[in-house]
Amino acid sequence: MSVELLNFIETVLNGLMSGIMYSLVALGFVLIFKASGVFNFAQGVFALFAALTLVGFQTGQVPFSHLINELFGTKFHHWYPEIHSFLAIFLTILTMIVLAWIIERLVLKHLVNQEPIILFMATIGLAFVLEGVGDLMWGSDVKVLDVGIPSGGSVWLENATIGLASEGSEYYGMYIDVLNVWATVIAVFLVTALAIFSQYTKTGRALRAVADDHQAALSVGISLRTIWVFVWAMSGFIAMVAGIMWGTESGVQFSLSLIALKALPVLILGGFTSIPGAIIGGLLIGVGEKLAEIYIGGLLDIGAIENWFAYFMALVFLLFRPQGLFGDKIIERV
Amino acid sequence: MRLKKLFMGMAVSVIAIGSFLEVATADLKFPMLVYRTGAYAPNGIPNADGFVDYYRMINARDGGIGGEKIVFPECETGYKTQVGVECYEKHKKGAMVFQPMSTGITYQLIPKATADGVTVYSTGYGRTSAKNGKVFKWIFNAPATYWDGASIAIRHILKQNLGNIRSKKIALVYHNSAYGKEPIRTLEVLAKKHGYKLMLLPVDHPGQEQKATWLKIRKSRPDYILMWGWGVMNSVAIKSAASIKFPMENFIGIWWSGSENDVLPAGAGANGYKALTFNAPGTDYQVHKDIKKYVHEKGNASGDGSHFGTVLYNRGLFQAMVQVEAANVAQKMHGTSKITAAMYRDGMENVNLDAKRMEELGFKNFSPPFKNTCENHGGSGLAAVQQWDAKAKKWNMITDYMYGDSEVVSKLIAEDSAKYAKEQKIALRCK
Repeated sequence: MSVELLNFIETVLNGLMSGIMYSLVALGFVLIFKASGVFNFAQGVFALFAALTLVGFQTGQVPFSHLINELFGTKFHHWYPEIHSFLAIFLTILTMIVLAWIIERLVLKHLVNQEPIILFMATIGLAFVLEGVGDLMWGSDVKVLDVGIPSGGSVWLENATIGLASEGSEYYGMYIDVLNVWATVIAVFLVTALAIFSQYTKTGRALRAVADDHQAALSVGISLRTIWVFVWAMSGFIAMVAGIMWGTESGVQFSLSLIALKALPVLILGGFTSIPGAIIGGLLIGVGEKLAEIYIGGLLDIGAIENWFAYFMALVFLLFRPQGLFGDKIIERV
Repeated sequence: MRLKKLFMGMAVSVIAIGSFLEVATADLKFPMLVYRTGAYAPNGIPNADGFVDYYRMINARDGGIGGEKIVFPECETGYKTQVGVECYEKHKKGAMVFQPMSTGITYQLIPKATADGVTVYSTGYGRTSAKNGKVFKWIFNAPATYWDGASIAIRHILKQNLGNIRSKKIALVYHNSAYGKEPIRTLEVLAKKHGYKLMLLPVDHPGQEQKATWLKIRKSRPDYILMWGWGVMNSVAIKSAASIKFPMENFIGIWWSGSENDVLPAGAGANGYKALTFNAPGTDYQVHKDIKKYVHEKGNASGDGSHFGTVLYNRGLFQAMVQVEAANVAQKMHGTSKITAAMYRDGMENVNLDAKRMEELGFKNFSPPFKNTCENHGGSGLAAVQQWDAKAKKWNMITDYMYGDSEVVSKLIAEDSAKYAKEQKIALRCK
């Protein structure tokens, strides 16, 4: 095989892997939008908050220690040595459930039947509040996140592909980050679990009913508030998974909240209401932006085009299919 | 109606009293443009803490500068240029000096501060040609500029290759902003001079996702990588370099890409990564002992005190020290402790931080000596190379402080500043 073709395949593969990382963030948006019609601007901050909380539990950091020490002149920083990652993940899930409950009680409950734009604005406020609370709780240092997921280039793939190039050509084998492979496995598992859950469980069916029609769901006795808490908690769980993956790659720092921007073109492309759409959209955006960066950027001798190219792709798609690839078609009857 | 008038009156009184207090107590006003929130907060916080601790120490130990207390109102920029300009406008009245902590903000402030008569000190960042004091009266960027940094990195590579890098390929991975683009011109000129091939690889803000950049690097196999990064971009780049098994000893960052925040997330993979620096890390200096005694032990540390001695905290100390020293010099020059902004500028232009003065200030061997003059606002241009030891989790200085290629850099500075002077119709000073 020619080196050019192998490089092209490598770019596509890496694009697919990056796309999965975007899909992990987009999934959280889709879940909430499906169930409540709210575009949760705070989803990126959810991922940041979950990752901060996970590292905090892992390392035994006292929440709000800086504030407590400032107020009472104490020197509390850690209350126990490091704990196992599984326990920390479990505690983080509990925290995200409590957070969902608090959001429902303090925000959503009071905004039932408001215009979608009001709910959207509320989530913007929520994003800033949660970012501030995360800072107060855990501090804004860069934190190292290690839950045991391997990362780094796959030696196996490199060795397996090094011989594929035509004889005499300079080729070093294909590169894929093992962390991204794990992200793919986890995403497949998550989507499968979500599909089974929504098809075969009572709560899942209730969730779909709420997504279809709030009023009808209420009339058959489904508690909207319980469903909302449930959905926001699930979205918090997915945010934690995204936070783990992104945090392992870059360390947990406040820029993590900006990963939401990576999910937006994915949502436009895949549709706001479709879980498979979030995955397919992520894959398309991932591949598209990597090919653009390497081939179009290379051709024009410019760089850093992948960010805006993802939005360009989404815009073009929007012109032809506003509801996204798998989104529900909007039909307004007069 | 009466109630409304009463409230209005109260509000006016509060504003008036507030303004009076600010003027009455703001003997020496050093406004701080900080970013304690947002994507770049992990770098902004330790740096700001260094400033605050130093000012508090000077106020507590010496009663201020020449008996005048320092006030240092903070204004949060979030590393956003427009917000930084708003902060400047808000605090410029009565201010001695602004440290923008962003090249983008510095570029915006250069014409404004020049018109307003306020000193801007961009320590080792900002517009490189501001080193030319003949053109940039109010702007200072000592002790070294980005063009010094670029040429020092190339000099280090030259040394490793016995002076011949003709066939080498050098990549610049840079933050796609005014800051990141600053060294390109110098590196292009140096590429012509030394015959190396330069690859330019921009990374968009914030730099969380860089896969395409590192695939390009993996394919083209540069011999060396230089990095002008900031925030999360640094840690992702270092981790990506380790991931593609790039030899870390051939990866050199500018001084803003060489803090603990940048290397720790990459763990053992960051071992051997190099960065330039113009100040030492650690806490073995008199200034740290004084800060412990007069600030931390009194419970007045900025933040939780956990950044004490880190690279960016120490850089904050250095920056604050130069700003305080400029006020010291100005007071002596003009024979008054109550200096004006214009007097302060004179002080900054006559700062002479030789080894003896550094020792007196508690900074013995902390940074290379430097001196500002009317012509030279950029100091000595000296920087050293430090290398990360991942096992010991510390930076080690592996070279002495060295000069860049002054022949190339001086020529470029003269060209760029002359162009600016022509555009802005600035008459040259220092004749």
